[in-house]
Amino acid sequence: MYERIREKLGILADAAKYDVSCSSSGSNRKNENRGLGDAEGTGICHTYTEDGRCVSLLKILLTNHCIFDCAFCVSRRSNDIKRAAFTVEEVVELTINFYRRNYIEGLFLSSGIFKNADYTMERLVRIVKKLRTEERFNGYIHLKTIPGASEELLKEAGMYADRMSINLEMPTETGLKILAPEKSHEEVKKPLGYIQQSITQFSDEKALIKSVPKFVPAGQSTQIVIGATPDTDKEIMHTANAFYKNFSLKRVYYSGYIPISNDSRLPVIGSQPPLIRENRLYQADWLMRFYGFNVQEIVNDAHPNLDVDVDPKLSWALRHLEHFPVDVNTADYRMILRVPGIGVSSALKIVQARKFGRLYKDHLKKIGISFNKARHFIRFADSPVQLNDFEAGHIKGIILSESHSKYQKNPYNQLSLF
Amino acid sequence: METFVFDGTLEGLLTAVFYCYQKKSGRVKIVSSAHFYPDVFQQHFEVVSEDDKARRVWAGLKTKLDKQWMLNFYKSFLSEQPPAFQHLVDFARYIIDNEPGAESNYGNPDVLAISQLSQKVHREKHRMEAFIRFQKTSDGIFYAHIEPDFNVLPLLIPHFKNRYADQKWIIYDLKRKYGLFYDLEKVDEIVFDFSEEMSPGLNALPAQLLDEKEELYTILWKDYFRNVNIPARRNMKLHIRHVPKRYWKYLSEKQSDAI
Ligand code: SF4
Repeated sequence: MYERIREKLGILADAAKYDVSCSSSGSNRKNENRGLGDAEGTGICHTYTEDGRCVSLLKILLTNHCIFDCAFCVSRRSNDIKRAAFTVEEVVELTINFYRRNYIEGLFLSSGIFKNADYTMERLVRIVKKLRTEERFNGYIHLKTIPGASEELLKEAGMYADRMSINLEMPTETGLKILAPEKSHEEVKKPLGYIQQSITQFSDEKALIKSVPKFVPAGQSTQIVIGATPDTDKEIMHTANAFYKNFSLKRVYYSGYIPISNDSRLPVIGSQPPLIRENRLYQADWLMRFYGFNVQEIVNDAHPNLDVDVDPKLSWALRHLEHFPVDVNTADYRMILRVPGIGVSSALKIVQARKFGRLYKDHLKKIGISFNKARHFIRFADSPVQLNDFEAGHIKGIILSESHSKYQKNPYNQLSLF
Repeated sequence: METFVFDGTLEGLLTAVFYCYQKKSGRVKIVSSAHFYPDVFQQHFEVVSEDDKARRVWAGLKTKLDKQWMLNFYKSFLSEQPPAFQHLVDFARYIIDNEPGAESNYGNPDVLAISQLSQKVHREKHRMEAFIRFQKTSDGIFYAHIEPDFNVLPLLIPHFKNRYADQKWIIYDLKRKYGLFYDLEKVDEIVFDFSEEMSPGLNALPAQLLDEKEELYTILWKDYFRNVNIPARRNMKLHIRHVPKRYWKYLSEKQSDAI
């Protein structure tokens, strides 16, 4: 009995780990029934893997059997691997027992497709329903939508899950068609659109009636695999931007492709995942979501790929020296946010603190900006007299020589196979 | 400069602030009795904690500071760091002496110190919310012990009480020798002696005290932790930054597989 469950967990956790979503925040499910758990407020990372990713949810597949054959997926039909499937009870017990020991914030449940979409989706729904109604579980539940599942099942799932997601997989429709002929972006848009509609509908009803049940309170997300197809960062960011706008997604995740199959359409096994690129995409995503940047400003025809050596904010600033230097004692909050080396919380502190008097170098350092980077772009009360304008290349050189990137020791092989 | 010696409690610290005003003192030096070494050439004033006086100072601060800042004040106090006491007294006086809003002057060294100290304590509170690993005992209590750098136990009560409303639990601070016990109704402070067979170094109760399924779940959790790792992305520097080594001994997943 011990061994069997260990084996299943091994197989089904291993197969689920490539899904990068780990967030357990954004819900508002309080423990009001004196049951188990609470999913209100910001999420908690309970531990971190040796590769530095956070573990906050029990992330498993219900099964790794699959009738499809997507080239980038370990569970694909043609892959010769051990197959396993959990029972509904097993998933419920694992979740509850891990949660009670404070190992996790909740469950992230996904699945290969056995038999057909609805057959699989129905089992996922049974698990979440049992957790919520029988076990009175208020922890976080993220449910992966099975493409092609019926609206009724999606709707039922939405009554119990905190977040739902369905992966775009590849940034462009063409890329996806090559690697997963049975899938399409359209198929992803349908459930995303349907759930989004229901979310809006539920919140409209909420305004009228108090006791409307929660429906996917933490919203929807999606994942894009990068580096498996030859798309540019511009294509990736524009796709992400469109999905943020059209489906009010809470998050788009970018997952650097890790070769797991010998397929001539894909990078070979053993090649390094594009970690720097992945990191740059997240930084660019942040600029869109929290720094007031428009996607066009970050990537466009003239600048289709993010720089590898500098982050996208610095890169934008270097291309737009005409906006600098920014005077921290007088500039708009919006403009201060755009200074490389100044984050959201330091920018807020700056605008608050300057009401009490002009800000000097020392203040800025203590407030916590990265001064060495920011100093090229700002003026402050005691800034040295500027003799002439530095040009972008010179500033970049200084910043690079003063900082040591955490990636410098990693090999730079961003495989281009195409 | 006058030296005030207080008993190390929050109440004592607030009482000290009260005396600053009553005695019309200039800037005073504040020391807790645990850190105080009397000096024959120096006079010092012994602050006796008084509920009443402490309450008045707390209420006074409350008229100027919002909830978040009051909490920051408390958190900084829980850092138990001697320089924190000085900053707290100076901060309290700065707030009392100035118009409301003075706390957003990050150019003031005490404001900055309190905001940074409270952040440090807050970070550790958050880490404990993440890193506590309960073990179920044979009498159905979920037990964990920890050794936080700061005295964060009081800050953990609402979180765990809320989250584990339907299970009894104990969180014990080995360093400060007290714990919290939730009995399904309320949380009480408890103190107990560690028996010989408890190994305080590990987050492990002796097997005979544990629920029969406990071993299975520890193993499954370790299995899970190992299985979700992606070797191609290994980055130990990042791992250690997120999970500092000093916490490892209480994390079941970081304990070598002796089982
Ligand atoms: S349908 Fe999903 S599980 Fe099946 S092969 Fe494609 S990606 Fe993998």
